[in-house]
Amino acid sequence: MSSAATPASDAPVFFDLNEHPHPEGHSTSLGFWIYLMSDCLIFAVLFATFAVLSGSFAAGPGPRELFELPLVALNTSMLLLSSITYGFAMLTMEKDRVAATQAWLAITALFGIAFLSIELYEFHHLIAEGATPQRSAFLSAFFVLVGTHGLHVTFGTIWLFTLMVQVKQRGLVPGNKRRLMCLSMFWHFLDVVWIGVFTFVYLMGVLR
Amino acid sequence: MSLRRLHLIALLPLAAALSGCNFVVLAPTGDVAAQQRDLLVISTLLMLLIIIPVMALTAFFAWKYRASNTTARYEPEWSHSTQMELVIWSAPLLIIICLGALTWMGTHLLDPWRPLDRISADQPVPADVKPLDVQVVALDWKWLFIYPEQGIATVNDLAAPVDRPIRFHITASSVMNAFYVPTLAGMIYAMPAMRTELNAVANSPVDSRGFSSNYSGAGFSGMSFRFRALDDAAFAAWVDEARTSESQLTRANYLELERPSQNVPVQRFAAIDPTLFDAILNLCVEPGKMCMSDMMAIDAKGGQDMASVTNTLPLTYDKHSRRGTVLGGQANYVVGICTPEDLSTALTLSAAKPARGGDLAPVQGAGLPLPALNAPSFTPIRLPSSAALPGPRRPSNS
Amino acid sequence: MTEQPTIAPSFLFGRFTLEAIPYHEPILVATFIAVAIGGIAVLGAISYFRLWGYLWKEWFTSVDHKRIGIMYMVLGIIMLLRGFADAIMMRLQQALAFGGSEGYLPAHHYDQVFTAHGVIMIFFVAMPLVTGLMNYVVPLQIGARDVSFPFLNNFSFWMTVSGAILVMTSLFIGEFAQTGWLAYPPLSGIAYSPNVGVDYYIWALQIAGVGTTLSGINLICTIVKMRCPGMTMMKMPVFTWTSLCTNVLIVATFPILTATLALLTADRYLGTNFFTNDLGGNPMMYVNLIWIWGHPEVYILILPAFGIFSEVTSAFSGKRLFGYTSMVYATVVITILSYLVWLHHFFTMGSGASVNSFFGITTMIISIPTGAKMFNWLFTMYRGRIRFELPMMYTIAFMLTFVIGGMTGVLLAVPPADFVLHNSLFLIAHFHNVIIGGVVFGLFAGIAFWWPKAFGFRLDPFWGKMSFWFWVVGFYVAFMPLYVLGLMGVTRRLRVFDDPSLHIWFIIAAFGAFLIALGIASFLIQIAVSIKNRDKLRDTTGDPWDARTLEWATSSPPPDYNFAFTPVVHDLDAWWDMKHRGAARPLTGFRPIHMPRNSGTGPILAAISFVLGFALIWYIWWLAALAFVALLGTAIAHTFNYNRDFDIPADVIARTEEARTKLLAAQVNA
Repeated sequence: MSSAATPASDAPVFFDLNEHPHPEGHSTSLGFWIYLMSDCLIFAVLFATFAVLSGSFAAGPGPRELFELPLVALNTSMLLLSSITYGFAMLTMEKDRVAATQAWLAITALFGIAFLSIELYEFHHLIAEGATPQRSAFLSAFFVLVGTHGLHVTFGTIWLFTLMVQVKQRGLVPGNKRRLMCLSMFWHFLDVVWIGVFTFVYLMGVLR
Repeated sequence: MSLRRLHLIALLPLAAALSGCNFVVLAPTGDVAAQQRDLLVISTLLMLLIIIPVMALTAFFAWKYRASNTTARYEPEWSHSTQMELVIWSAPLLIIICLGALTWMGTHLLDPWRPLDRISADQPVPADVKPLDVQVVALDWKWLFIYPEQGIATVNDLAAPVDRPIRFHITASSVMNAFYVPTLAGMIYAMPAMRTELNAVANSPVDSRGFSSNYSGAGFSGMSFRFRALDDAAFAAWVDEARTSESQLTRANYLELERPSQNVPVQRFAAIDPTLFDAILNLCVEPGKMCMSDMMAIDAKGGQDMASVTNTLPLTYDKHSRRGTVLGGQANYVVGICTPEDLSTALTLSAAKPARGGDLAPVQGAGLPLPALNAPSFTPIRLPSSAALPGPRRPSNS
Repeated sequence: MTEQPTIAPSFLFGRFTLEAIPYHEPILVATFIAVAIGGIAVLGAISYFRLWGYLWKEWFTSVDHKRIGIMYMVLGIIMLLRGFADAIMMRLQQALAFGGSEGYLPAHHYDQVFTAHGVIMIFFVAMPLVTGLMNYVVPLQIGARDVSFPFLNNFSFWMTVSGAILVMTSLFIGEFAQTGWLAYPPLSGIAYSPNVGVDYYIWALQIAGVGTTLSGINLICTIVKMRCPGMTMMKMPVFTWTSLCTNVLIVATFPILTATLALLTADRYLGTNFFTNDLGGNPMMYVNLIWIWGHPEVYILILPAFGIFSEVTSAFSGKRLFGYTSMVYATVVITILSYLVWLHHFFTMGSGASVNSFFGITTMIISIPTGAKMFNWLFTMYRGRIRFELPMMYTIAFMLTFVIGGMTGVLLAVPPADFVLHNSLFLIAHFHNVIIGGVVFGLFAGIAFWWPKAFGFRLDPFWGKMSFWFWVVGFYVAFMPLYVLGLMGVTRRLRVFDDPSLHIWFIIAAFGAFLIALGIASFLIQIAVSIKNRDKLRDTTGDPWDARTLEWATSSPPPDYNFAFTPVVHDLDAWWDMKHRGAARPLTGFRPIHMPRNSGTGPILAAISFVLGFALIWYIWWLAALAFVALLGTAIAHTFNYNRDFDIPADVIARTEEARTKLLAAQVNA
């Protein structure tokens, strides 16, 4: 908001005669943040659902039988590392170093893809064993919660590649910086959600 | 002015109402429904304390401060008064405090789960009177009433003796319904695999209707039943009449009965399978299906080992024809190796032991070693493999 | 019903067969013919007058919040006709189906009608009308030139349209859900609703829900970030406040709906067990989740109506709003409390007494701020000079009607009373009492109030009053009998009746519905007559009601850029303050104004979403895959467009403002 031109006298000013347009994207951060909160609510519903159904194994296997913590730990580290490398990408972006930013983004994408691959492997393994989402409400809730997170990471990765192309085309113009900033929030948000998944679904499931 | 016309029209239905309709909600015969009605009336009166002044003031201000009335005071800048604010917040607050207290007490006293302590306002429940248990099953689209004490069952015909507390145990076979006999007591949902309870009493002989008050599909409109409160002799006669019926409520008959049908006439069953209601509640009337109670006992222990994932068989019938889902394949059910015949043993066991954590019936999956067969009533299902079963195993299939 | 033959879906058409076209149902065939003739006439007229280019360039692709607002209103009114047709059909069926008569609707059709009525009225009538008004008015009220994300606004609108078209498609291809408007499982699960009806329901709501959520985010950002200088939060007009709270509610609840419906979708498509009876599923969870969205939803609808009544009361009483601060706090309190009451929709599920009384009492607590609001309006009228123009008439009707609905609502919040009235026609009467008496009257007040702002001429008062009286009287005649029937123990969604003593009440109710039909017709005639007589009804001042807030400071209709110079606010009633302190409109020194460019991506994305939804409903997987890829591709391609803004040159603005100066001068001289 531009400030009103200060009048010399006490006469009130009713129109801003000297205004400047809102800078482009001035509400993008707020808007994206609110979007993330709405997305967070989707996850909240899925977590709540999982909590309700976390004991409904339908006389099938429970988390202790199903989950392999070392694999999940590896998976978690992939996503955490990707968040760190995204952080480096943002740091280099602040310094306007295009090539370094691109490199860090590429590394982030690789970690993201590694995460997704491990998750797909885990899903495939479970389904091959017969632990399908149809087997019990617990497995339904598990697959949908973890799968929704995975879908988010997938879209994040697609978005990441899109942004890499755009940075390549136009460099680190303000528009691209803003977009990288949004994706950064998105990516870290997914990281936070994953911490929740790792804790509530895997750790507490196995250790209970 | 024109607003008056509006009011007159609003009052028309009320005026006509006095001409004598059957306001069953306002004039029930059951003590529980009567108490609920009292609460309804008291709450309404309490709220009218504030509603009527507001409506009157609205009409009065609208008339008094109309633009054409230039004699009325006009204060365009007047927009705040702390006293007024206090009044307008505290007046509703006071009403809500009263109403809240009333609600808290009423809700606890009239909790449908709460056993009755009185038959009517001046008549406590005698110490030696046990409530009449009626097991209610909402089927597509009719009501099954099982009287375990009398050993009879009926469809769409409910009767109860006057002045004896009734305890309804309510469940459903497929979708949600609500069990409602307006003259007796408020409604309560009937839900599959869940049991709700309703305690009520009829205080005078009555011949009335009950119905489902939660939409449940195509045959919903015809899902009503006759409710009669009878004196003891008439009730005994009613029971005897049911006992003369030729049909019995066996599991096989039940599986026929639960298939969707509409506008079903009254049926009576001279004898019942005493375990049937629990089997319905636990979704295991069909042979071979694991009961929910067993399933929950296993789940409470953290589930089974990996081999149990294959402990399922394709479900070919689920009231309506069920085809599974387009991407998820065939729908399955969990195989229970404790058969219906075994349920009676399991029930006596569970009565003796705590509901959870007790060692209930031994449960293993298909493809797993079968348990030792020591209980005489235990009929094992011989599973050729984890895959498909031969057809004749499921007599309920068409 | 049982043992329907299983037909394997074909690759090309999925589960669509010619049997899915309801050509054997005469009512639907007649409707289709009527719609087809009407549609061809409209499309033909557009083609004949060569309006396609104009519509596409100036409206469909417009990112101007005013045009999008108007398009939302048009959508809402069109869908009102559909939703109301359903209402009339229900009333007719219930008035006929007595004494052994089956009425004229078979269960399969009737059950779709009441489901569609609820879904359409809430999602595709009330929501678009409310969103449309907020879209139109809020940026003007806060002295902004557009919303925060103009393209997103356009996209949101078209997603809502896409959902609406999907619902309409179900009328002629396949069927709609037969589950009631909230589609409780297990009934809505694949086992008991195996056909396309529930899938239409799911995908229509999901697609429209995307639009609603995004538009909620957009308006929050707009209100938080784009207020003109001097407009602190506590100087925002009440309508803006209620809009802010409504949009907070939208963003905080629609994701819950999305997630819940997604779980139901997983049950129906993938065979998961969230809400099934077997294998550990829990249908009660759906009921809880859907009402955690569903209860705030009714406040999403009513809060903006409260805002409208506040603006209208103070404008037509020629007086400051009484108790602005307490009005704002009341709104915020309602917003928060609306989350804590969802269980009152199913007291009868058998929760314990303590749970039930907790939710009962929290529900009653909401009536305290609502009651305070009622008094605030009352004392705004007190010592005012009330002009009974149409918006004010609706406000008085609202105040008298809504208190009755509020009272019956609190009654239903008493759990033991709810046990005898839940799901009865008393409940139906109650929520129509608050939705018609509150939301609909509010929307009509809002339409009449802001119409001159949007189009530069007033609405015809005669037909407006006709519409008003038909609506108000029709409402009472249609719904008071339902209260009575509820007390006679009649439950909702019944198709046939035995008890002849009920018959008269249903006939009265049907007559009431007929009166409301006349009210709707009068409203449409009012618009037609007003357009015809627009020169007589013309308002050149931009402030026909001598109103108080900033939207009246600019011309009617406002220019693309809303305000040539951004206003500076010193007082709550900013425009009133300007008028009374003689603020002079600056006539020189215009600068270029930066504005967003139109974009066709919104309608394209929405069209692809429609195809995607349709393909998923009918299991046409190749088309779904294609549509999904197209959706993603189009969205990504859109992000490669960096050229989204342009400047309106200063001389164009100078010319526009010059024209207005002349008009105003003519006004003064005349």
